[in-house]
Amino acid sequence: MKVFASFFKKKFFFKKKNQKTFIRCFARNRAAVLGASILAVVLLTVILGPLLYPGSAFKLVGKPLLPPGGAFLLGTDTLGRDVAAEIVHGTRTSMLIGVSATALAVLIGALVGGFAGYYRGWTELVLMRITEFFQTIPAFVLAILVVAILQPSVGSEILAIGLVSWPGIARLVRSEFVSLGGREFVLACTGLGASDTRVIFRHLLPNCASSIIAVGSLLVASSILIESGLAFLGLGDPNVMSWGLLISAGRAVLRSAWWICTFPGIAILLTVLAINLAGDGLNEALNPRLRTA
Amino acid sequence: MSVVLDIQNLQIALPKGADRPYAVDNLSLQLRAGEVTCLIGESGSGKSLAARAILGLLPAPRVRASGGRMLFGDIDLRAASPETMRAIRGAGIAMIFQEPMTALNPLHTIGRQIDEVLRLHTRLSRAERRTRIIELLADVHLPDPARLLHAYPHQMSGGQRQRAMIAMALALSPKLLIADEPTTALDVTTQAQIIHLIRTLQRERGTAVLFITHDFGVVADIADTVAVLQRGTLVESGPRDAVLNHPQHPYTKALIAAVPRLIPPAARPEPATRVPTILESRKLRKTYGARALFGGRTTTALDGVDIALRTGETLGLVGESGSGKSTLARAVTRLLATDSGEILFNGHDLAPLTRRQLRPYRKRIQMVFQDPFASLDPRQTVLEVIAEGPIIHGTPRAQAHAEARTLLGLVGLDASAGDRYPHEFSGGQRQRIGIARALAMQPEVIVADEPVSALDVSVQAQVLALFADIKARLQLSMIFVTHDLRVALQVCDRIAVMRAGRVVELATAQQVFAAPQHPYTKDLLAAVPGAAWQQAMLERTDA
Repeated sequence: MKVFASFFKKKFFFKKKNQKTFIRCFARNRAAVLGASILAVVLLTVILGPLLYPGSAFKLVGKPLLPPGGAFLLGTDTLGRDVAAEIVHGTRTSMLIGVSATALAVLIGALVGGFAGYYRGWTELVLMRITEFFQTIPAFVLAILVVAILQPSVGSEILAIGLVSWPGIARLVRSEFVSLGGREFVLACTGLGASDTRVIFRHLLPNCASSIIAVGSLLVASSILIESGLAFLGLGDPNVMSWGLLISAGRAVLRSAWWICTFPGIAILLTVLAINLAGDGLNEALNPRLRTA
Repeated sequence: MSVVLDIQNLQIALPKGADRPYAVDNLSLQLRAGEVTCLIGESGSGKSLAARAILGLLPAPRVRASGGRMLFGDIDLRAASPETMRAIRGAGIAMIFQEPMTALNPLHTIGRQIDEVLRLHTRLSRAERRTRIIELLADVHLPDPARLLHAYPHQMSGGQRQRAMIAMALALSPKLLIADEPTTALDVTTQAQIIHLIRTLQRERGTAVLFITHDFGVVADIADTVAVLQRGTLVESGPRDAVLNHPQHPYTKALIAAVPRLIPPAARPEPATRVPTILESRKLRKTYGARALFGGRTTTALDGVDIALRTGETLGLVGESGSGKSTLARAVTRLLATDSGEILFNGHDLAPLTRRQLRPYRKRIQMVFQDPFASLDPRQTVLEVIAEGPIIHGTPRAQAHAEARTLLGLVGLDASAGDRYPHEFSGGQRQRIGIARALAMQPEVIVADEPVSALDVSVQAQVLALFADIKARLQLSMIFVTHDLRVALQVCDRIAVMRAGRVVELATAQQVFAAPQHPYTKDLLAAVPGAAWQQAMLERTDA
């Protein structure tokens, strides 16, 4: 549908003139710039990974349990695989799952919250009670359940994480819609004879896009954490290298070969930290209520 | 009389990138005991910032008083330490604000909030403070002060809240009272009472008052001296009568000329044949209810309203806030569901129609909204805003955009304005965009809900002229909602006066002005700010 497509056009997110102020606002926050830089390195790793370490991540390259600093920068694991190569390949999985699961959560959340906030009344009552139902179940336990039922794979992990992450977005979108719904431009649009879908996708969603982007960016971080947790418990896709899988495999030899668990752990820490910092910066720069200038 | 505050060459610097380097430049003003000085100017003239500078309440460090002196006794307020300022605020200089709801703490009772002022600045005992508070509340003519002590701000009306604010400001008998547009958010009748109250209290106590306003009618009612501020520069000042009746500066002249006149409307010939009715409401009812689990209060916004709009006329809906006039405007455009009653458009009842069924009618009745900031989607360009309606109704995009550009010219904007976003325009310009959006649908009826209330007087006059021009050119019928009787008299053929969800009087503009029937209509006429001044001016021009 045309209205859907135009929502995702960039100009709805940033007005041209605002783009400058946005960059200035973001750049003023040092921590956010640091986060964004780390994130850039992570993304570069995703792109250049296959060039740095061609071939499979599961390839056996040397003696098992070699400490870091020798022929292999970060050492080798129990089977003699290069830990550095495993981390680089794992980056791709983590980012893929983090971003896709977040996209799924935003999609579900925006739809549920949008309908609840726009129609109010019974629709809102039912949809928001469902949202709260999901919020009362510990997210991680629910994610385990979903993956266990669906067989561990990248697809089922994305689905599970998306399914447990949407309630926050739904509540955010609902409250934004409720506050925007009273604004006169929405009435004006109804007065022109616009359909509900047009009002929702053309006027309301673009106006809360900045909040969604800001909160969504933080969701990417929590998705990566949940994914590592699932993989650690052996619920990740066994055929795809990921940071969680690596930690899970290394935990048996934690005392004798600390490097197997430690380096992927640091990778997770840095990535999540970077996303959180950048996300906070985004929130500050995009949210006019927090903007100081 | 003695000078209470002597402002000398005050300069307030704005941050880099603002529209001008100084919000207020080289402002000199003397506030005398027992005198009301009105500081008047349009929005953005720097009048509020000047008031805040006196109390040291500027949003530092970005906006700060960068030069000049403000002598309060022998203390220069610009250079005073934070401790000195704290002692002076409330005790020496008090301030009341435009919106009493936001200036009062919603979680504390009125009694407690006034008590806090007394506790901080005096050594009165608990019982003494209580007596004093009751006295103060009685002074500002609040009913039943002993009971109001325990009332929360939301339990009081806007006028009562403003009275409570005044009581709080006067608690320590300050030498200077700064009132920043204290009546702008109030209804005309309440405004007249508050102005009268400030005037009496100030006379009794010999307080100096700095009264900030944008309305020359208010100035005529309260001021002793007037200072006119244009973009941060004092362009004219002097005694009230001199400035009002013999303005020297062109800017003052323009401002005074823009004040809507309380004059008998030009006689409009009654049509020879009976004009058909285009839009009509019959026994329209609407109740806003707190549909709570355990009952809840309901408010009746429309209580069986009958109005009829004749083809080609302008019907005014006048009343104070809460009278149901905006609800009626939204009900007849079907932007709001009604409880019962009929809405007849050319004989078809619109009330029971669903959204889909309404569509063909939507384009024939269009609405112009009050708030020029909220009524345009901030993420659409002006062209998209105006062209949206026709596109919804099937006009090809390119054609709709071309027509939108033509419309921009019709409402007095440059065609290049179409590619910009609403936030780049001033309030008046945005209102023009709103009008263009309504016109794009080529409607038969325009319902304008307080379209000029949020605008400065000079801009207001321009937008009203635009309405008159468009109506004449396109032969529209119009419902014009306003709380300002002056505006209604100027633009409307007939006026419906509303109160508490009912139409209490419906007559031609001339009849409403010359021979109001209902007591409430008479009250409204009497409360128009500056009525006496305009009357006097009228007689002079007649003589």
